[in-house]
Amino acid sequence: MATMASEPTGIPVRVEEHPQSFIRKYIFSTDHKVIGIQFLFTCLFFLLIGGLLAVMLRFQLGFPGAALPGGDLLPDTMAPDGIILPEFYNSLVTMHGTFMVFFAIMPLLVGVYANYLIPVQIGTHDMAFPRLNMISYWMFLVSGLVMLSSFWVIGGASAAGWTQYAPLSASPEASGVSTGQILWILSIAIFGFSSLLGSINYITTVINQRAPGMTWFRLPLVIWALFITAILGLLAIPVLTAALIMLLFDQTLGTTFFLPTEGGQPLLWQHLFWFFGHPEVYILILPAMGFVSEIISNGSRKPIFGYKSMVFAIIAIAFLGFIVWGHHMFQSGMNPALGMSFMISTLIIAVPSAIKVFNWMGTIWGGSIRFHTPMLFAVGFVMLFAIGGFSGIFMASSPVDIYIHDTYFIVAHIHYVLFGGSLFAIYGAIYYWFPKMFGRLINETAGRIHFFLTFVLFNLVFFPMHGLGMEGMMRRIYDPSQYEHLADIQDTNTLITWAAIGLFISGLYFGVLFFWSLFRGKPAPDNPWEATTMEWTLPSPPQHGNWKELPTVYHGPFEYSHPDVEKDWLSQNERPDVVSPAHH
Amino acid sequence: MSRMNPTWLALVAALTIGCGGGEGGADAGGGDAGADASTDAAPAAPAVDPAVAATISGTVSFAGTAPAGTPIDMSEEPTCAEKHATAPLAMSIRAGADGGLANVFVYVKEGLGDMTFSAPAEPAVIDQDGCEYKPHIVGVMAGQNLAIRNSDAVLHNINTQPTTNRGFNISQPRAGMETTRTFSAAEVMIPVKCDVHGWMSAYIGVTDNPYHAVSAADGSFTISGLPPGDYVIEAWHETLGVSTQSVTVGAAETGTADFSFSEDMAGGPVPMGEPIDLAHPEGHAAG
Amino acid sequence: MDWSLPLNASTQGVHIDNLFWLIFWITGVAFVLVEVGILWFLWRYRARDGHKARYTHGHIGAEIVWTAVPAVTMVFLGIYSGIIWADIRSPDSFPDDAMTIGVVAKQFEWNVTYPGADRVLGNDDDFTIRNRFEFPVGEPVVVRLESEDVIHSFFVPELRVKQDAVPGMTIPIWFEATETGEFQIACAELCGLGHYRMRARVVVHEADAFDSWYDEQTGAALAAAAE
Repeated sequence: MATMASEPTGIPVRVEEHPQSFIRKYIFSTDHKVIGIQFLFTCLFFLLIGGLLAVMLRFQLGFPGAALPGGDLLPDTMAPDGIILPEFYNSLVTMHGTFMVFFAIMPLLVGVYANYLIPVQIGTHDMAFPRLNMISYWMFLVSGLVMLSSFWVIGGASAAGWTQYAPLSASPEASGVSTGQILWILSIAIFGFSSLLGSINYITTVINQRAPGMTWFRLPLVIWALFITAILGLLAIPVLTAALIMLLFDQTLGTTFFLPTEGGQPLLWQHLFWFFGHPEVYILILPAMGFVSEIISNGSRKPIFGYKSMVFAIIAIAFLGFIVWGHHMFQSGMNPALGMSFMISTLIIAVPSAIKVFNWMGTIWGGSIRFHTPMLFAVGFVMLFAIGGFSGIFMASSPVDIYIHDTYFIVAHIHYVLFGGSLFAIYGAIYYWFPKMFGRLINETAGRIHFFLTFVLFNLVFFPMHGLGMEGMMRRIYDPSQYEHLADIQDTNTLITWAAIGLFISGLYFGVLFFWSLFRGKPAPDNPWEATTMEWTLPSPPQHGNWKELPTVYHGPFEYSHPDVEKDWLSQNERPDVVSPAHH
Repeated sequence: MSRMNPTWLALVAALTIGCGGGEGGADAGGGDAGADASTDAAPAAPAVDPAVAATISGTVSFAGTAPAGTPIDMSEEPTCAEKHATAPLAMSIRAGADGGLANVFVYVKEGLGDMTFSAPAEPAVIDQDGCEYKPHIVGVMAGQNLAIRNSDAVLHNINTQPTTNRGFNISQPRAGMETTRTFSAAEVMIPVKCDVHGWMSAYIGVTDNPYHAVSAADGSFTISGLPPGDYVIEAWHETLGVSTQSVTVGAAETGTADFSFSEDMAGGPVPMGEPIDLAHPEGHAAG
Repeated sequence: MDWSLPLNASTQGVHIDNLFWLIFWITGVAFVLVEVGILWFLWRYRARDGHKARYTHGHIGAEIVWTAVPAVTMVFLGIYSGIIWADIRSPDSFPDDAMTIGVVAKQFEWNVTYPGADRVLGNDDDFTIRNRFEFPVGEPVVVRLESEDVIHSFFVPELRVKQDAVPGMTIPIWFEATETGEFQIACAELCGLGHYRMRARVVVHEADAFDSWYDEQTGAALAAAAE
């Protein structure tokens, strides 16, 4: 039996009302909320894998030549007597980056929250293409398992860095990895298709299925961020896919796209990869910025400061993000004149990010701040992302990049934006939307402990890496003591490793807290954070189809502390007697 | 093969993809190891009765004056440089004062018919010591363990480049490490190099029988324990190519096979991989 | 934990370090303003009874200021950096009669080809030494960088020099050392299992010392070639 509900654009959306089997309801479900939760569990698993790989590689840097605990479970091709070999170290570095970027951070931001939040925040029953959505999840899971399987094949997992520069990545003779490399390529290709299916869904749903009254400039910033991110993905991922196919052919069919014989060009790989890769890193940060805007606005009990500026900043970052890719290639041997042009565009892209940081500060200013766990993580994001942004300025300057390229200064920058930035925002989002997703609360004190542990340990791990980079410690090196200029950095590396082990344990603590709360958390009310976006008007968790009757939107998304309203928040679909017009 | 924890073995069995297909460069040219079966399919080798076992011995000589070797500059690897009183010389033709040619791999090419032999339990050994491979030429049976040792406290990588067998390139970053590998098919010869120390080279001769030897500093070699019969013996040198002799030995006899190499043989074909067909000596080029 | 840059031993390095510290101070000031500002706001505007949050959607003046100030700063940094970049990388900046040395990177060594007695690279009297890169102080040197197999990167920290070596390309760079000493080339692009140990000795000589070393080497090379 179907109910037709008419949308502002007249596109009917069918709501399933018949009872479903367990398998159709929870396993092969087309409900965007179930799919979002499936992504969440899968991604937390891959986050664990990525963290484990990091601890292993840090172990080698912190205690060089020592046997890894549990290392005798590893075969002699990886760690004879439990001591990591250089080729396995290169694999660890490669796979840590791969799992974290593709299978943890990106899908936690997009696969989880685009799926979960878009329909409930814009006021519709489900995504435009629910079945494509389901396929997107299962393709993602398959791609992750294919990637994981590459550890088990002869030659081991890929060891050419997550950036896979050719010819190293195309040559089993040079890298020592053959089947594992093929699996890496196949996995990311499948992942790319999964992502594209997602992008198609998110873009179509946001354009077509906004509830009546939900104009573009009344969209929550999460939706703007996810919408723009989806467009980035749609445009960038096909470039990566093409490059991957060429790389696969070079390795297996004897073509020479990226090999210097017969007209091939190693630099072509870099251009193609980074043409994807730079928009990719904005895919990795924009949704996080969206979460942070919402949570900070909620925690400060104030509308977001400069909503329109925030929207234009998101669009500017996305657009500029397509013309900065060469800043990864300043020292690559490309024409130095390109170094100039990419430097300029890279310095310019710092401006919209700065605008966003100031607007967040403006949101907190004059607020009435509640320090709930999501707010702690959101503010933590701003503080740490700012540091990542500042370090980015050093490398944007191409002459300075001559020195710091491929050193730990870059590693520090990456992790301040991806962990201090994206992952902190993800943690904030998990705490924030957990009650809505699961109908339970995560204990506030336990969450705060997680925040403080993570914040302190994160800085202990990654802040010193700026110094290591300044001293000239290169990336991806198994044993820095082989170089005279790195003779006295061992103590720093050991300290970082201890802190990293602690950071990993704090991640495990979060995992335990998460799962414990799933079963034993206090039952959650509909709107525990007293938030304004429309998902909070639904039960926790919402029913299949979200609304029986679609809501109507009356004002902007962050109407906190309206002077004419007694309670300090107003849901988007709440109609007060006095309503503030949605202009700023 | 490296030893694997049983859990890993089960997972490898379940998940390993494309055992033969995906090996890229390592398989190029010679095709995959068709002779995969030699280690386990063969029944126990016919025991050669020591009472009738024959011996072939001889001397490999070099006519003329060997070029003087160039000194190897190990100053950038002090850990190795310290192990040498004077800089070792890189020379491919090591001829003694009496004309004996060392480092020639001598093996039975024909004459054993269908006989099969099981690989000895003792491994052949190649050691990296003072940034040199010791020995420079090593013979091993198909299926026999080759123990690769690192006696230097520096990184070496053992990069083997066979055409018939599956090669390997493994690192040994510390002193005292030992890695074991086997080759499944006969191949004469497999070049070995270290990418960290470009002067290091060695050759591995893999035969499917135990009858091989490497000529000593004075050029002499001995192959013993042979079943009586007619044999073609081949001597292989890394720059001077190959030379063959036919020898017949009766029960408990010692036959002689002397080989002579000269400088004008340099530049000719030096077989790597499968032995060259003497009727078509163009064969493979060296390395 | 040492937070300084290594010894600065090149002419280009002086400019790079100056720019580094300039950016350090600019971002340092911004860092303090932002972080202290946030912490101050968090304390000052914590929820307290009787205080309601200020209902505002923004302020156009603030937006203009905090857009313009970063933009102007970035333009300034861009211009300053661009000048230095051109001085280092632009083909016009290459000195005319610098000695040219060829460096070929391979897994996992640096083969350095010196131009021989005629000091011209590319003819018969060139000689190649493994893992030793020697040149005189106070004179510009041009390196023609190549690779035999995969991408490597020629990095000498004290000279503030870094350039990827790409197979199929010959990439020229130039630099001039201001101090004598012994340094190392470190490979700065992942190139395989020996990447972490792909190093070579760099020796910057006084001019006379270099000449004698060089004559010795060319002599030895001639002798070897004659054999």
